[in-house]
Amino acid sequence: MAALTIARLTIREAARRKLLLALAVLTVIVIGLTGWGFQHLTTLTNPDGSQIPADELRLATSQVLVLVEFMFSGVLALSAVVVASPAISSELESGVALSILARPVGRYQVVLGKWLGLAALIVVYVVATTTLELLVVDVTTGYVPPGPVGLAAYLSGEGVVVMSLALLISTRLSGMTAGVISLVLFFVAWIGGIAGAIGEVFGSGAIKNAGTITQLLLPTDALWRGSVYELEPVLYRDVLGATTERAGNPFFVQSPPSGVFLAWSVCWVVLIVSLTVWSLHRREV
Amino acid sequence: MTSGVAGPLSSHPDDDAAVRTLELTKHYGDAVALAGLTMVVPRGEVFGFLGPNGSGKTTAVKLLLGLSRPTGGEAWVLGRPAGHRQTRRNVGYLPELFRYQGWLSAAEVLGLHCRLAGIERVEWPAQILGALATVGLTGHESARVDTFSKGMQQRLGLGVALLGTPELVILDEPTSALDPVGRADTRAIIRHLRDRGCAVFLNSHLLGEVEQICDRAAVVSDGRVLAIGRLDELLGSGGVRLRLTGLTDEARAALSRRGRVVEHDGWFVVDGVTAESVPDLVAEVVASGARVYAVEPVRQTLEERFLTLIDTDRARWRH
Repeated sequence: MAALTIARLTIREAARRKLLLALAVLTVIVIGLTGWGFQHLTTLTNPDGSQIPADELRLATSQVLVLVEFMFSGVLALSAVVVASPAISSELESGVALSILARPVGRYQVVLGKWLGLAALIVVYVVATTTLELLVVDVTTGYVPPGPVGLAAYLSGEGVVVMSLALLISTRLSGMTAGVISLVLFFVAWIGGIAGAIGEVFGSGAIKNAGTITQLLLPTDALWRGSVYELEPVLYRDVLGATTERAGNPFFVQSPPSGVFLAWSVCWVVLIVSLTVWSLHRREV
Repeated sequence: MTSGVAGPLSSHPDDDAAVRTLELTKHYGDAVALAGLTMVVPRGEVFGFLGPNGSGKTTAVKLLLGLSRPTGGEAWVLGRPAGHRQTRRNVGYLPELFRYQGWLSAAEVLGLHCRLAGIERVEWPAQILGALATVGLTGHESARVDTFSKGMQQRLGLGVALLGTPELVILDEPTSALDPVGRADTRAIIRHLRDRGCAVFLNSHLLGEVEQICDRAAVVSDGRVLAIGRLDELLGSGGVRLRLTGLTDEARAALSRRGRVVEHDGWFVVDGVTAESVPDLVAEVVASGARVYAVEPVRQTLEERFLTLIDTDRARWRH
């Protein structure tokens, strides 16, 4: 019950501080601009003036859509880190936490409440932006990616993973430090994922293993790759996926994350949230 | 004045003490914040917890609320181990570092604490309006907290501490941001709490304030209790001042038998005379032929007593 109170408080804070409004306005503007771009994409012709075949157009649309979603996933990760990093530390530093923790409230309820509130914000943002963007793409180009629900799920998962990490660090370090560490690890995981794919192409076991380890330590990049997979036309996966030359490309994915990896991602989040509870419980206020 | 604690410790919920501590100790690395705090705070009384800056007052409060864990010793609040969640339902707390969600209104902050304190929803409106009225914030319920002055935020914090029907209210420097009117209001609120049987643990270094409202007090320094007891016991009797004429040798001898006599500007100050023995002293002096024009008790202020205790303690540690 107290956890839900804290979750509502977290969401209300985002709304009162105009974070939701700023994100909504900027997102609508960006989606409007991408709609304009996708509209123009359909009018492009070959250099000799001939019509671009429908399959090629669909391929181009899907690739541009992957880039647009990449931007949204970046905004999501940055926003999640910026909001989660000071979520606990700033309240401990300012004294706001003193009067709350003196109430008959368990510290685990504070952590769960913060996590639930932030996770809800992430899911709402992802579902809203994904729905709007895919609608615009459908209306302007007629392209509908094969897995819109999977796309939203993978993007939400990516956001929740990096948010959970920032929240954990926030129990011990200042918001600024927690934010920097979370973002560095996020980008290291991204590079690690690319390195792992390159290692696979060139048969380097060491580089491939390094990539796998980074994906296990922070599953953000693997989840991003899942969302890319859900955006690609089925034909594209089948035809070009048979080759390995694109394996190092972060905007092309041959296969979605395995069920075992998804189970690990869930366990990872549970583990990190448990560590966050333990860390705050041990923390002197 | 008594030193240390009286009576056996108990963890029974029916314990008559609001707070009991036994050798409560807190170290931060090599630094000692609290070095064996032993005290009893009875229920229904106002208890002043005094000490210079850095003496461990706020550390003790955090230990009592379970915000911090002791390195050693034990503490009970309202009959349960300090920090027990059930106990926190009956404890109000105004932190020294009072900060509330600036993006909420005053009524919303109080509503949040009603919810967290487990107060029945049906009681919230009355609780919120009552708290606002008590601390003088009626009319400001819809204003955002970040528009409040520091004093208003401290008043709001006091309102938060009063929500529900706490059996113990812990106030850590509750008037640090208040003007004289606010301080007088706070004293009235503390007296009202005592009248309805609520214990108040007042952490302060405003000695005049403590002297006006506290039933008991403890003086701490470097994390140790230097003195603890009822305020009149702590202050003791400073003696009596008499304005006399016609003082005979016999009368002077009578005065000297009661204590050291100092004559100054027509006044005779006799040390160590208790309030109960003043009538006998006056009767004896009059009987000896002297004429008495005025009799005044000489009482040490809490500030004088506090400074004496601290100075003595520091001198002891220097040697």
